[in-house]
Amino acid sequence: MEFKTFVFYFLSAILVFAALRVITARNPVHAALFLVLAFFNAGGIWLLLHAEFLAITLVMVYVGAVMVLFLFVVMMLDINLERLRQGFWSYLPVGALIGILLVIEMAMVLGGRYFGLDAMPVPPEPMAGFSNTRELGRVLYTDYVYPFELASLVLLVAMVAAVSLTLRKRKNTKYIDPSLQVSVKREGRVELVKMQAEKED
Amino acid sequence: MNFVVPDFYPAAAEIFVAVMALVIMLSTTFARSIARSLGYFLCQFTLIAAAFITIGTMHGEVSYTFSNMFISDLMGDFLKVMIYFSMAIALLYGRSYLADRNINKPEYYLLAILMTLGMMVMVTSNHMLTMYIGLEMMSLALYALVAFDRDSARSTEAGMKYFVLGALASGLLLYGMSMVYGATGTLEFSGVAQSVYNQAANKPVLLFGLVFLIAGICFKLGVVPFHMWVPDVYQGASTAVTLILATAPKLAAFAMAVRLLIWGLFDIAEQWQTMLMLVAVASIILGNLAAISQPNIKRMLAYSGISHMGFMLLGLLSGVVEGDRHFALNAYSSAMFYAVAYVIMSLASFGMIILLSRAGFEAERIDDFKGLNKRSPWFAAVMMFVMFSMAGVPFFIGFFAKLSVLQAVVAAGYFWIAAVAVVMSVIGAFYYLRVVKVMYFDEPVDTAPIHAPAELRVLLSANGIAIAALGLAPQALMSICAYALLASL
Amino acid sequence: MEAMLQPVADLFGPTWPAVWTLLKIVAIIAPLLGCVAYLTLAERKVIGYMQVRIGPNRVGPFGLLQPVADGVKLLLKEIIVPSGANKGLFILGPILAIAPSLAAWSVVPFGDGMVLANVNAGLLFLLAITSMEVYGVIVAGWASNSKYPFLGSMRAAAQMVSYEVSMGFALICVLLISASLNLTDIVTTQGSGRFHDMGLSFLSWNWLPLFPMFVVYVISGIAETNRAPFDVVEGEAEVVAGHMVEYSGMAFALFFLAEYANMILVSILTSILFLGGWLSPVGFLPDGFIWLALKTACILFLFLWARATFPRFRYDHIMRLGWKVFIPVTLVWVVVVAVWMISPLSIWK
Repeated sequence: MEFKTFVFYFLSAILVFAALRVITARNPVHAALFLVLAFFNAGGIWLLLHAEFLAITLVMVYVGAVMVLFLFVVMMLDINLERLRQGFWSYLPVGALIGILLVIEMAMVLGGRYFGLDAMPVPPEPMAGFSNTRELGRVLYTDYVYPFELASLVLLVAMVAAVSLTLRKRKNTKYIDPSLQVSVKREGRVELVKMQAEKED
Repeated sequence: MNFVVPDFYPAAAEIFVAVMALVIMLSTTFARSIARSLGYFLCQFTLIAAAFITIGTMHGEVSYTFSNMFISDLMGDFLKVMIYFSMAIALLYGRSYLADRNINKPEYYLLAILMTLGMMVMVTSNHMLTMYIGLEMMSLALYALVAFDRDSARSTEAGMKYFVLGALASGLLLYGMSMVYGATGTLEFSGVAQSVYNQAANKPVLLFGLVFLIAGICFKLGVVPFHMWVPDVYQGASTAVTLILATAPKLAAFAMAVRLLIWGLFDIAEQWQTMLMLVAVASIILGNLAAISQPNIKRMLAYSGISHMGFMLLGLLSGVVEGDRHFALNAYSSAMFYAVAYVIMSLASFGMIILLSRAGFEAERIDDFKGLNKRSPWFAAVMMFVMFSMAGVPFFIGFFAKLSVLQAVVAAGYFWIAAVAVVMSVIGAFYYLRVVKVMYFDEPVDTAPIHAPAELRVLLSANGIAIAALGLAPQALMSICAYALLASL
Repeated sequence: MEAMLQPVADLFGPTWPAVWTLLKIVAIIAPLLGCVAYLTLAERKVIGYMQVRIGPNRVGPFGLLQPVADGVKLLLKEIIVPSGANKGLFILGPILAIAPSLAAWSVVPFGDGMVLANVNAGLLFLLAITSMEVYGVIVAGWASNSKYPFLGSMRAAAQMVSYEVSMGFALICVLLISASLNLTDIVTTQGSGRFHDMGLSFLSWNWLPLFPMFVVYVISGIAETNRAPFDVVEGEAEVVAGHMVEYSGMAFALFFLAEYANMILVSILTSILFLGGWLSPVGFLPDGFIWLALKTACILFLFLWARATFPRFRYDHIMRLGWKVFIPVTLVWVVVVAVWMISPLSIWK
């Protein structure tokens, strides 16, 4: 076995295991951390495909930012697992039946026949000096500039939606305006009073 | 690097709306004191100006830009104009309603304009990527709008339901797109069509993807079996939002179906027609039967919307019969006519609910319409027009819409579907006529005078008259639909 | 070098590349840990002199053996796992803290060609790795099952994610003008330009045209490493020691090591990205590692100086600075630099 193949199987095994643990872990924090592990291994597999930009961005965006905030929320939630598990066994037969059906159907269609090595030729090895980042940048800002700009507007929609649904101005909040704090002068705080010395006699 | 600056001219309207969305955002942020009406007026200005730009840049030929990701054709232009029109009316109807409930915020209008942009992108996309992005832009804005009345538990719950199910549907759609990509090696609709035509595509994978595409489209149209969200969301969202939800997005979803199925996968029409057949018949049956027992008029209209979308699909599924494509144009233009007619009727029906609502009172039970004739004979007449039209009573627009799709179905030889559809519309007439009955023959429960701004009254009246007038002379609209499709196909 | 190592390579046979890489890793990590140890001493000395004290002076001459004594003490202490803690994650926390701060060094160049892994996307790699440092803090804080650590980890999550954004924008400016994500290339592109030809190469380094970004980067670096005055994560007056409350012995030492290793990392990165790395500041002196070390030491001194000078920021001020000051400033500067680059006034052509 080639070294690369070994690395691929190694990463894939961890990826599959981590992904399984995401849905089977009882503790939501553990599940979230396993998701982090899964992202990490997926990034590794992408690296094997010479997609270093995507791989590193995956780690940076999902592991470095999204999952941190996700953990933030999950840790603060007090999820009652018992209630979540209610009705699990009564739904299981139907769910399992549909799941198995789907798996069989997908296996029939997606089995090695159509997406195997014969159907999908191996892409040529990139030339020396090939930079995944440069190539992605090139197509992103030329051929795909329209969807790229639209995607930025989708993010804008998400921001506007999130802010408009959550921002509340509370009346009794004790907000301090930092610019006022900074511009405080001595005269505003201390008053020096000149007064005669008083003698006790 | 051979990069050619793309031709921006065909996309002038999209660019204008995108820029205006940013203008609205910034101006309402920095002019907080007048932001409410500023947002509204800028939004209306944008819609009207965009309509002029779209009509101004319209020309009969099909043109592509942005490396073939953007298609500009008459069908797209026509649907875009209809979308501006219905959004403008929906915002106008909803304005006083929102003000009464103190949710008349500038963000509402910002989200509405971004949603319009999303729909425009969907309508003009020639690429699965832009289609998906447009869909997400529209849906994200809609999720937020549904939950916009954030102090109302029902509205938040509706928003959550819509969001979770909508995300699932987006996932299905995306999965279907990736399968189609795997089978054909391209995401561009014309490329997909080419690959399917040349038999180069991998058929089983293509069909597998098709199933998921259909599921995604059906969710956005709100038809059986992906209809579960429709009644809850229609009922839970504030009526002004329901009004938006029930109108323009249907046109965008229609465009999505047409672009994906007819532009992209026309050569496997037989397969998707069979799937749509099941979906359409189930929707017509379930929508009409379930609407009968609804005491809540928003819920009733939601179920009636399910059946209407089923009818619309009847047009799409009777295009190709045993490889014969003669009926295609007729069938698809009947579906488009149906979608437009439904939007016009839907605007008026939810507009009536808004008219009867006021601060602290929602006219959402059918009982609230009792004795409307005694309170306002004119608006009772408008509501009667709407209900008759939806029921398919002759010489209203709804009748011709139903007639044209049924003609298409019969021409395609699906007599049993036509029979089911007719029987079900007769059953459906029952609940529409019940509303008419309570308006004219029952004593009013709610006797407060109808209190609504003048523009709402005028436009709603015009809307009611339009339903009747288009019913008397449907030819113009029908031929516009047919011509737009003919020039685009 | 290659020829000299050939006999050794033959000895190890096919495992030689792995052994050689391991040796190089050791050659980076061992001095690094030494630096960390003496950075702690330097910190106490510097702050001591700034506060007109002497600082540690009992162990060894001038207190030079103090870090050794501290290390031995921490090694011998027991690691106590609180009974309510989540044991696995409690142990994992310090490991997650130290691992990225060491892994990041793999792409740091110490001289022309002196780098463990000369990857194309080195800058991105660094961003990704440094963004993972927060996990150690969060996991430790949560797994301790105690209130102060949890509060500390919540603060850490918000603070580090916020400052990563402005840091990222500052780096975008750097990569815009050097047109490369490779750290060696970034240094070499700084060694050209009009001032360089005049023999004043320190004026052609990135810090001058990108001055606002340089300032933002250094300050964000301090915030990212949770150092004073941004150390609300462990602010002892409020949350005692934040995520480290429940840790003792070597587990605590790992957090400590990670913090100082990160400080050195941020300093060396600032030198590489903005201060010309190993390039000499004037034309008549040769380039070399010594310059990099000197520049790094200066930035490190800045860290210590800031700690001795400023009072701790209040938490909402930190958030405000990050989101309302740095992000808009960096965003605008990205646009400014981009326009500058395509305008005829560009100095990078």
